[in-house]
Amino acid sequence: MNATMLLIFDALLLASIIGLAWAALASADARRSVILFIAFGLLLAVAWGRLLAPDVALAEAAIGAGLTGALLLAALQWQPRKTADTTNSEQPTHTLLETGFRWLVTLLCAALAGMLAWSLTQIDAGTAKDALANAVAANIDASGVSNPVTAVLLNFRAYDTLLELAVLLTAVLGIFALGPAQAGYRIAGPVFSSLTRWLTPLLILTAGYLLWVGAHAPGGAFQAGATLAAAGVVLRLAGRDQIGLPRGNALRIALGAGVGMFLLVGLALFALGRPFLGYPPAWAGALILLIETAAMLAIAATLVSAFIGGQPTEEKTRC
Amino acid sequence: MTDILASLLIMAGLFFFMAGSIGLLRFPDLYSRLHALTKADNLGLGLLIIGLALHLRDPLIALKLLLIWLAVLAAGATSAHLIARHARRREKHV
Repeated sequence: MNATMLLIFDALLLASIIGLAWAALASADARRSVILFIAFGLLLAVAWGRLLAPDVALAEAAIGAGLTGALLLAALQWQPRKTADTTNSEQPTHTLLETGFRWLVTLLCAALAGMLAWSLTQIDAGTAKDALANAVAANIDASGVSNPVTAVLLNFRAYDTLLELAVLLTAVLGIFALGPAQAGYRIAGPVFSSLTRWLTPLLILTAGYLLWVGAHAPGGAFQAGATLAAAGVVLRLAGRDQIGLPRGNALRIALGAGVGMFLLVGLALFALGRPFLGYPPAWAGALILLIETAAMLAIAATLVSAFIGGQPTEEKTRC
Repeated sequence: MTDILASLLIMAGLFFFMAGSIGLLRFPDLYSRLHALTKADNLGLGLLIIGLALHLRDPLIALKLLLIWLAVLAAGATSAHLIARHARRREKHV
């Protein structure tokens, strides 16, 4: 009975996800597409929860649905809204290229989906099914944390996470190359302002909690960084000039903190005669917390920079 | 006994969500739709959370659920206010 109910729930969830994805792609109005995309992200987070992957679910809800949605909505606002006559006049020149491009993307996505489905059958068929999970479980005591996801991300495969942070750093350089940030919004009315006043500290507190809890339960630097960035987004929307981003050199340090702390720890261990990022088990927990704290700050600063769409203007706080 | 009460509360919460969704789809204008939506958020989620807290019987989780409810209440009320104000201002301009 219970299994049947869950099966029905999963089927409904899947149908809703695919339906939302289709609706988001098929909608002619970009704003509608973005809102459908946010709903799609939230249901996708539920799906990750059903797959017993709460870490991914948290990241999807915070980054995939929340912050990406906010980014897309902000981008739409800077873009002048397409009126009916401009789309009509441009359509004939665009159509062929656009159609070709759409088919290319469709084919690539289909190929990716096919490969994923194929690898899924290989996992189920082969003996390698739980080999990786068993390897993690066998070595978890030496990792310094008890949450296997954090153990993989920050210890066993720390190198991958270091490169991910480097990708974020590169992305923020690209954002800064766009020039100074967009002008902020006007100051919010009393209702939104009073919400901001207690929501912002609560978000900062939640980010700290997610960072700390990542050692033994779902959470970690990425989820915490996204929550911290959400505080910046809320402040920005409320029209605050100071949105928690430091200026000048302090901002550069914050943005580079993730990669910097990773490299510092890695090289220090190297100098002490250990392999690069090969933490001694007794120190692993503290080192992971240190790196994750720096990574959280870097991720949050990067995401907020992306949201304001450029380099924060220096020392021009009041105008 | 507690489980029966929890189930009843959760079902009552779901009823409010359903009523809110139907209102959102069926009501004629933006203001009454917002009205329907906030009912679902406030009462529906509240009943759901009380039901879940009773079912799980863990004070720490109950506290977290309560916090989620309060955050959703405040965020829902604020965004409903912002949407309604925006619509009202636009009406005045037209």
